[in-house]
Amino acid sequence: MNDQTTAINKINQAIIKRFPDWVQIDEREGYEGLVVETAQLIPFMEALQDEFGYDSLTSVTGVDYLPEDKMEVVYHIYKSTGGSILVLKVQVPRSNPVVPSLVSLFPGAAFQEREAWDLLGIRFEGHPNLKRILMWEGFAGHPLRKDWREAFYEGEFKPYEDRWPEGKVSKVETSNPYQENIRYPEGFNPETWIPDTEELLLQGTASIKTETDDMGLETEQLVVNLGPQHPSTHGVFRMVAKLEGETVVDLEPVMGYLHRNHEKIGERNTYSMNMPYTDRLDYFCSMSNNFGYALAVEKLLGEKYQPPERAQYIRVIMAELTRILNHFMAIGFFLNDLGAYFTPALYAIKERELILDIFEAVAGSRMMCNYFRFGGVVRDLPDGMEEHIRKMVYERLPRQVDEMDRYLVENEIVVGRSQGVGVLTPEQAIAYSAVGPVLRASGVPYDIRRADPYSIYDRFEFDVAVRYHGDVYDRFLIRYDEIRQSIRILQQAIDTLPEGEILANKPAYKFRMPKGESYGRVEGPKGELGFYIVSDGTDNPWRYHVRAPSFINLTGLREMSLGEKVADLVAILGSIDIVLGEVDR
Amino acid sequence: MKGQGILKGLGVTLKHIIDTYLVDIKTGKDRYYNKDGVRQRMTSDTKGIFTVNYPEERLPLAEAFRYVPFLVYDEENGEQKVRCTACGICAKVCPSQCIWITRAEDPETGKPLKTPAEFAIDIDLCMNCGYCAEYCPFDAIKMDHDFELAGYDRVEANIHLKERLLKPASYYAGIRPLNYALEQKAIAEEAERKAARRAKRN
Repeated sequence: MNDQTTAINKINQAIIKRFPDWVQIDEREGYEGLVVETAQLIPFMEALQDEFGYDSLTSVTGVDYLPEDKMEVVYHIYKSTGGSILVLKVQVPRSNPVVPSLVSLFPGAAFQEREAWDLLGIRFEGHPNLKRILMWEGFAGHPLRKDWREAFYEGEFKPYEDRWPEGKVSKVETSNPYQENIRYPEGFNPETWIPDTEELLLQGTASIKTETDDMGLETEQLVVNLGPQHPSTHGVFRMVAKLEGETVVDLEPVMGYLHRNHEKIGERNTYSMNMPYTDRLDYFCSMSNNFGYALAVEKLLGEKYQPPERAQYIRVIMAELTRILNHFMAIGFFLNDLGAYFTPALYAIKERELILDIFEAVAGSRMMCNYFRFGGVVRDLPDGMEEHIRKMVYERLPRQVDEMDRYLVENEIVVGRSQGVGVLTPEQAIAYSAVGPVLRASGVPYDIRRADPYSIYDRFEFDVAVRYHGDVYDRFLIRYDEIRQSIRILQQAIDTLPEGEILANKPAYKFRMPKGESYGRVEGPKGELGFYIVSDGTDNPWRYHVRAPSFINLTGLREMSLGEKVADLVAILGSIDIVLGEVDR
Repeated sequence: MKGQGILKGLGVTLKHIIDTYLVDIKTGKDRYYNKDGVRQRMTSDTKGIFTVNYPEERLPLAEAFRYVPFLVYDEENGEQKVRCTACGICAKVCPSQCIWITRAEDPETGKPLKTPAEFAIDIDLCMNCGYCAEYCPFDAIKMDHDFELAGYDRVEANIHLKERLLKPASYYAGIRPLNYALEQKAIAEEAERKAARRAKRN
């Protein structure tokens, strides 16, 4: 831990030495990183990229500091060759929050800047397509601003006072009646409002082109909506594709149909209340989500709440089991997307069920595990569970992954449909902030478990899975590689699982958090899952931001799809492996 | 040769089909519609048909399984003794704020009593996180195993009031035997310690 801090300080000092007029250390209590002059942001980032090698902009977060009357944009940036994260900030006045857009340098910032505009109203000058992304056009206000209140507002912070000691049960539907549970901007009438045309949706790219050939025959480009109600989108997700014949010439993902403003809820909650909510982000991988959130909070809480040895091992075991079940599902449903009707998916679900049985016995719930606590895990493994996990990871799972391999990998239809389709080059993958299997299938061996180890991952022997073609087939294959590596980690973890405590110094149900900020990130099954938390010293987080891997991986979807056939769109989307609970948050 | 990969894959499905029959012949009727058969299908070396014919067959619930909370009462001389002291910790820790508690008052003096007059949980809001049971200092609220809670009317069926929520400690001991034993042991030890302290003082 200390080595890491000195290393970060060293880098910070080097950067300050190079740009003494542009940056300064963030000196607020508990804060880390550097504050950059807003006007110099672009030349500074350019230099950082070229001279210091920071090429992956992983997270863009807006923070509303209402009492200080300013807005802040926090950038988390790292080198794709490894090492810890660099935290950069720009501060702008709240009355006119304008920040230069980084899309020209880091195309991966595109969606995240749109998100910050949508939810916080920070304008990014120079963004090619700055419009709402999670809320709809015509929504009133920017919901993550601290002075914005929802229509069903009950109080600034939980717990609400009318629950105890004089709690009279109140039905939500009476306090929040249908058709009054939403506010519109002034002068806006949803009955007469005409939504944007498809041309406007594809604005910033090109309008529909009509060509006339020498025979006088007119051919027109065609806009096709895939979704929001489409089985291949794994939920409610929409791709607006512009086609020329069957070839995709433009594509825009439209999302937010499942948006519930997880972050606003999180800022109303106390710290411990957020844990079960994180289960519901990527609902396949609740254990990994718990892991990321617990890491971020434990960083703020300090040494006293570091989990004991046994808890660390159990955490790793659960996180790796989650990776295996997620990748089994990804493989199975990817085959569904290719048209293999459900047999592969059901074989995958079978293995997932057996892992879910473990979760149910350990955590009490199959999917919404809520298993991690600050300083450990909530429950020890029940009797016989160690033996069961050992059998699973030594006998069944290796056998089943080999069987899935025999079953699908050489299948000519799979190969024909996916090889050379939806290619993302390593440079593009880094530029588009791709993470996880998508990044590694493009030939960039970046895995947080190795590049910036957290928990006890530095004790295990495993290889970072990497494939080099960056096409759909490689993104399919890399999931097999990762399952095999996870099994390796699990075998080591279960063999060396120590006895002892599982929860040290459990905080009370409500506790004061020390002031400061922290960013906890884990290598989730879908990629880097980050939690950014700002504490103002009270029971509730001032800012709670989730860096969702499937959301940001979608930034590169357009790039992967251009020039492909419309039928391949489904395969490309399936190969990214998104979960809409996490995309829309 | 083209098509080899597909054939190899089809071999896997064929093996699955054959396994299904082989397992059925080997184990016969024992595999279906009885508890051991279902349990066998949950082990790591299971083969053959994997699905469970709910509701005729049911997966055994793990002890840790949790679904909507209930209140525990002890039976003493035929009387219900509600463990809850209306301290309000469960209502304060609840992430979805689905618990409402009214503390009872002494009808004469108006002072608060250590028991709830009303207790309500809106189970449509409840997210089954288990925090209430985890943080309750009196082991008064516990998570249930009963998940078949369909009803016709939201208010009647899904807003559980005190009468509906109360279940005897014997029921709790039945669904969570290990946990119950641990708690009883802790209570006994605490009582022993108290007695020892008292004996010392005397």
